[in-house]
Amino acid sequence: MSTPFVSRGFRGRRQAAETAQRLPPGQYVVSGFPVLSAGPTPRTSLDHWDFTIVGEVDQPRRWTWGEFQRLPRETVTKDIHCETKWSKLDTMWTGVSIDTLLQGITTSAQYILAFCDGDYTTNLPLADVTGGKAWIAFEYDGAPLAPAHGGPARLLVPHLYFWKSAKWVRGIQLMAEDEPGFWESLGYHNRGDPWKEQRYAGD
Amino acid sequence: MAGIPARLAWRRATVLRHIQETPHVTSLVLNVPNWVGHRAGQHLDVRLTAEDGYQTERSYSIASAPLGDTQVTLTVERLEDGEVSPYLTDVLRPSDELEVRGPIGGWFTWRPEEGGPLLLVAGGSGVAPLMAMIRHRRAVQSPVPVCLLYSSRTYEEIIYREELDGSATTDEDLTVAYTLTRSQPPGWQGYSRHIDRAMLEEVGWAPEEHPLIFVCGPTPLAEAVATLCVERGYAPERVKTERFGPTGGET
Repeated sequence: MSTPFVSRGFRGRRQAAETAQRLPPGQYVVSGFPVLSAGPTPRTSLDHWDFTIVGEVDQPRRWTWGEFQRLPRETVTKDIHCETKWSKLDTMWTGVSIDTLLQGITTSAQYILAFCDGDYTTNLPLADVTGGKAWIAFEYDGAPLAPAHGGPARLLVPHLYFWKSAKWVRGIQLMAEDEPGFWESLGYHNRGDPWKEQRYAGD
Repeated sequence: MAGIPARLAWRRATVLRHIQETPHVTSLVLNVPNWVGHRAGQHLDVRLTAEDGYQTERSYSIASAPLGDTQVTLTVERLEDGEVSPYLTDVLRPSDELEVRGPIGGWFTWRPEEGGPLLLVAGGSGVAPLMAMIRHRRAVQSPVPVCLLYSSRTYEEIIYREELDGSATTDEDLTVAYTLTRSQPPGWQGYSRHIDRAMLEEVGWAPEEHPLIFVCGPTPLAEAVATLCVERGYAPERVKTERFGPTGGET
């Protein structure tokens, strides 16, 4: 083993212990809400918006915006962690739990692929979006979710790196086999657990 | 399955030199042992470790062309209240070591064989990954025509200005247009406002030329320019964006 590396002259800015223990390795806290997108922000009018569940399912499901708004909603406060190393603590979201959307659906699928306006996709094990771990969020901090942050609705999977929380989400495909999404095909980790620092393929 | 990909290892780079680009921006030229090469537009992760083991990481764009050697240039904007950038610009000295891993990112990249024409739109230090593309194109004498539209606050804050002006003078397929949003020197011939539709129409390619577009800058600029590009009729799937700059201040 080589000697531990020390950056000569670096002291660093440590967080209070209470904050530090909420930060996965390599992350730092921001107060603002940075925006990351790979391309232009899509603009889908609510009249044309729908959310669908397709793939390995007996009967595909579809909700219009109005129908979606009448589903039982939940408000959750979560820490979020971006693969580009910022974390934001105590973010408040309102949306519909994936558990609610999957109620009554029989599927043999083990994975999902979330699909979005702008052709973005991301893949997740079904187990990572069920059991109270994921939502389709349409409000942030008590106001409608801004387009730059994924509005009208985005997937919210706060226990994984934030590229899994796909912006402009329009549905989920239930899959028997895992299939890499957009960033997962471009060198990012397939699962993206921030506590294991799974940023890139091979981490 | 193609097998399990190898983990990108942390490597100990050595600082070769600093280049003071502008009052607040410094380029670090690094030697990275066993560097695997990169694509123009990719970035590098940097990890700092204090004596007590405390660590923090940041990402910085690579500004140098991939030239098959082990030198990599990072361009760093010094943030007054930053934890990492003042260390990189003020404390690190030639022959110091720095832990890095990369290259990172497979989307916001360009290779000469992907063609063009290229429309590059930069805000502030967001010019760094676009400079890697311009440098790569020049290094391999690619014939792909390029327009760079580059927004800075002041004349003094234009990064790589002499190199860009020199290249544009000798290369008729490289057009560089500047806009200065805060103040302009006497006799300024460039634009003096935020990037808008008219500017894009004057500088950019016609939609029929089907340009490949890279936009890199602070979020408001990247969002606005990407929207303008779509409204202008450029194909959304050919508009690639990268947010850039400090992550603290935006909402």
